[in-house]
Amino acid sequence: MNLTLKIWRQKNANAKGQMVDYKVTDISEHMSFLEMMDVLNEQLVNSGDDPVAFDHDCREGICGMCAMYINGQAHGPDRGVTTCQLHMRRFKDGETITIEPFRAVAFPVIKDLVVDRMSFERIQQAGGYISVNTSGNTQDANSIPISKHAADKAMDAATCIGCGACVAACKNSSAMLFVGAKVSQYALLPQGQIEAADRVLNMVAQMDLEGFGNCSNTGACEIECPKSISLDTIARMNRELMKASLK
Amino acid sequence: MGGFFKSSIGRKVAMALSAFFLMIFLLQHFAINILSVFNPDVFNEVSHFMGTSSIIQFVIQPILIFGVVFHFVMGFILEFKNLSSRKVKYIKNQSAANSSWMSRNMIWSGVAILAFIILHFIDFWFPEINTKFIKGDWSGLHEGVDGYRYFHELQENFLNPVRVGAYVVAFVFLALHLLHGFTSAFQSMGVTAGRKKTLQNIGIAYSIILPLGFIFIALYHHFNHH
Repeated sequence: MNLTLKIWRQKNANAKGQMVDYKVTDISEHMSFLEMMDVLNEQLVNSGDDPVAFDHDCREGICGMCAMYINGQAHGPDRGVTTCQLHMRRFKDGETITIEPFRAVAFPVIKDLVVDRMSFERIQQAGGYISVNTSGNTQDANSIPISKHAADKAMDAATCIGCGACVAACKNSSAMLFVGAKVSQYALLPQGQIEAADRVLNMVAQMDLEGFGNCSNTGACEIECPKSISLDTIARMNRELMKASLK
Repeated sequence: MGGFFKSSIGRKVAMALSAFFLMIFLLQHFAINILSVFNPDVFNEVSHFMGTSSIIQFVIQPILIFGVVFHFVMGFILEFKNLSSRKVKYIKNQSAANSSWMSRNMIWSGVAILAFIILHFIDFWFPEINTKFIKGDWSGLHEGVDGYRYFHELQENFLNPVRVGAYVVAFVFLALHLLHGFTSAFQSMGVTAGRKKTLQNIGIAYSIILPLGFIFIALYHHFNHH
């Protein structure tokens, strides 16, 4: 496949960025999108140019590092996949592909396609955990009865890899699907009940502080989420916040 | 609780609560208006009661005006906050691939409804306020009109085809606003409306039947002038 790539290039956080066109040739349709980017970067390095900076790590769809806005969609045109799981067979020979970083005030560009997603980490630090005594006398997790339904729902929420596609796809750059998933995974389990009120209050407060937008319930986040996290998690977070605020 | 309404979710809940209030008001408004098609005398009686009852004029009406103003002001506050959350726009964005036009353009359908409300106030509400509170005439009568004046005034307003056209367009925007707003309000309140088929169907029925009903009333009076 021969492709034209329109890629956002930005030297650093303070520089003014712009779209730059590149040509790549002989791309195998079996390559992943990131492998195609590797080919481009090899080309750029060989010609003495600065390679395109992009985030990646596991390349098997579980780490949440890769994050590109491809042809106007977070992680590209496929559903339920990350950028690293997107394959070139999804594109046509001769196609022009537009590649941009995830855009949000709370996700500032560091360089090219790399954005700073530490805002997600700070939200997690505000309450996305349970406090457990790990000094050697930890209770066996299986000794606490949990319904299969609740366990399944909690697991569904816990599959969120924090990639930020929800924020990128949302017209308001809202992080509510991410926070909803993190709140839900604990809210559904008995271990999460002790700190439930503080968790949701603190996480939502931190989310607001980071500058994420509000939720308009468009559902774009759910569609673009590589783990197909349900909008129900946002509804659950709303219920949890109302409950916690009434206490 | 004060902190709750300052949070992003609290504001969505406030938006949803005012939306529920306005959706109930719309039902009540329609129930009275449709009487004008079937029985002008009953319509006149009910209109006179609504226009002269102290509870409705001095308690319910201010609450309603507050609800309308609150919904618009909060809508604009949320919109500005949302716009400021993404300073650099995408060069290529395929939002139609993952969301409906209605859900992405609530602010524009809302602005169209706001424009309609201004027209509606000029047509009906301001003259009412003038008659009752400035002139002090609470009789509900008008020179040259048999019985109460309300049906007569309604018909007079729908003589102009441009005004009727504006009403029809406004109610199309209301339908578009409700098609997303109905289920969205439930979702904001923590009800997973999108997953519950019944609620979704009620939402679609409400969002289409009610505006169509208002359009029918406007067209009926335009074409059936007494």
